[in-house]
Amino acid sequence: MLQVIKNRLEQGYRTSKYPKEPINLYKRFRGLPRVNTQCDAAVVKRCADACPQDCIDAKSRRIDLGRCVFCGLCETLSEGKFVTFTQNCEMGTASRDDLFSTGDLPALAEHSKKHFKKLFGRSLQLRQISAAGCNACEADTNVLNTPFWDLARFGILFVASPRHADGIHVTGPISKNMLAATITTYEAIPSPKVVIACGACAISGGPFYGSEDIVGDLNSIIPVDLYIPGCPPHPLAILHALINYFK
Amino acid sequence: MDKLLQIGHNEKVNRADIPHLPFDTFRRQLLECAAQGGQVVQFFAYDDQGTIKLLAVMRTDKLYVGGCDAPDSFPSLTAESERFHMFEREIGEQYGIKAEGHPWYKMVRYHANCSGKKDVFGNDYRQDIPGNYPYFTVEGETVHEVAVGPVHAGIIEPGHFRFQCCGERVFHLEIQLGYQHRGVEKLLQSVPMKRLPIIAETIAGDTTIGHGLCQAQAIEALAGIQVDEGAKIVRTIALELERIANHIGDMGALSLDVAFNPPAAYFGRIRGDYLNLSQVLGGNRFGRGLVRVGGVTHVMGEEQKKLLHDKLDELTPEVEHVSKLIFFASSVNGRFDHTGTVTTENAEKIGLVGYAGRASGLPYDARISFPTECYKDLPANSNGITNGDVRSRGRVRFHEVIHATRLIYILLDTIIEATPYTPQEVQLPPDSFVVSINEAWRGEVSHCILTDEKGTILRYKVKDPSFHNWTGLALALRDEEISDFPLCNKSFNLSYCGFDL
Repeated sequence: MLQVIKNRLEQGYRTSKYPKEPINLYKRFRGLPRVNTQCDAAVVKRCADACPQDCIDAKSRRIDLGRCVFCGLCETLSEGKFVTFTQNCEMGTASRDDLFSTGDLPALAEHSKKHFKKLFGRSLQLRQISAAGCNACEADTNVLNTPFWDLARFGILFVASPRHADGIHVTGPISKNMLAATITTYEAIPSPKVVIACGACAISGGPFYGSEDIVGDLNSIIPVDLYIPGCPPHPLAILHALINYFK
Repeated sequence: MDKLLQIGHNEKVNRADIPHLPFDTFRRQLLECAAQGGQVVQFFAYDDQGTIKLLAVMRTDKLYVGGCDAPDSFPSLTAESERFHMFEREIGEQYGIKAEGHPWYKMVRYHANCSGKKDVFGNDYRQDIPGNYPYFTVEGETVHEVAVGPVHAGIIEPGHFRFQCCGERVFHLEIQLGYQHRGVEKLLQSVPMKRLPIIAETIAGDTTIGHGLCQAQAIEALAGIQVDEGAKIVRTIALELERIANHIGDMGALSLDVAFNPPAAYFGRIRGDYLNLSQVLGGNRFGRGLVRVGGVTHVMGEEQKKLLHDKLDELTPEVEHVSKLIFFASSVNGRFDHTGTVTTENAEKIGLVGYAGRASGLPYDARISFPTECYKDLPANSNGITNGDVRSRGRVRFHEVIHATRLIYILLDTIIEATPYTPQEVQLPPDSFVVSINEAWRGEVSHCILTDEKGTILRYKVKDPSFHNWTGLALALRDEEISDFPLCNKSFNLSYCGFDL
């Protein structure tokens, strides 16, 4: 018992004050990329050719944030002249098209569906479906339940049955072997329901794009309401998207 | 064993030098090696210009390689030595080469084979997983079955578990995986080289550094690229940080599974602090984008060193205190002790690796047996708790956290700085072979690359430690109460995606 009290005192109160106070991430962190649209075409082409995800369109100079894995190669190659990664995590969007970006994303809160805010603003219960990702999205979603983030204080919970849920939170590129389970889970949730695609895999297939063993795009089987890019998205990116879209 | 070729890890070998044996000799040599305590590192099939071949890498305290032409079917090695069981099933599934007489020949991940041969499991893959496979059943008046998954009641990966129970007692647990199968090996063999590191880092997200290192080292060995000492230090620190973060998270989860919530909450947060240290090192909490062929993308300067040092100073006493809270509470030990025991004998038979193996009395640690990066010059960890139960697996992890912290302190005190990294085009040599091994947090990770006469990748084989260890979890559950499943599961915490590829 004494040990419990001693540890409790040592640990103290650690929950962040976010969103009232911002959380600053270390300068090396790679968040929302900012594109210099005036950059020399040769540099842009070099970056686009080298991009492992082929997510840079050299012509429009846009990056597909839905496929980008934030590896930072384009920043290194262009020495920051074409792309610089900011420490901004606020990357959730309501439309897939918005993810083709030069670094400006529409304010998520204004693009969320108004009836969702009314329905789920005070209480949002989500069912998690892991569908063939690498478990990093899952890990950083789970982190939101730790005391630092304390997701429950926003009235958002991950629940143990689709019957208890208001929507699904999907990670992974949806392998063929998970297709049936993904659709069954979605169907088991009572309407109205929301669909969240979390991480590059669920949005575009991510690192596994082109594989014949995956669906690669959640929206092609179930209509997606909210996209959260990242590989994996930082917990702050997920939290920001959930709060702004639903609260 | 005399007909197998002794090789080094991360060593380029000419494929012509690998002994190409008649199948019977190959089989006898592998069994002979296994009989002398040898374990399987790699055993797989590949297609060499229309001929399907087999290749095996065995380990004792050294590595041995040998190969042969694959017969259409062959007498199972598993019938004589259990450690081949998963590998033979995988060979059947991937290339349609049947192991006759295998005691439990079932699919591994449920997908069509790539050789176009008749499916050895009789599936046409129009049905969903598990196809025509009838799950193992136990019959009897008081026997009942509990089926769980693939979608689970938490934020975890998909898998299907079937318990054959009598009351609360579990006779048998059958684990069906494959839901995470996304074709990793096929991708690695077919995509442009520039995509390889991204795919390697996402084989198992929690083992980003482990798999990333295996790939980088394999390619560096093939292409003859040297890595400077400073980069090796960063790589070693990254691998140890990955180990600490995962062990801490799991110790917290173990505590949660016996309903002791405070340590779970503390360790949940502390794990995040270690992940943030990885972010300081390379800009990502999981170490994404840090390890690349030729070195590391981020140099560790004085600023990062100080941040790491200060944070470790702060966290280490907290970790010790919270661990004490867990492992010295009698109510916790009541649940941990003698639960989910895997005997040394069984562990040896199925070839358990990593902390699960060490907790069962198998001392193998690839950092000592096959050191890479800085491990040759670093002190080894010793493990004295070998009961093979949940408590052992928990305690081993605590000791590994303390040991890993010590290693990081030692490395932070060295003053060599990495040279800044420049991305480079790599050309692989023709007709070559390499096997890389690292002790990632879960255990032995191994990548194997074979190139063809043009120097393109002919076969890329990945093995996550979970490939060995899932069988360990099934054995741990025998004769246990079903309510202890979460506890046993967490004490192993195996990777679904690393297994499913």
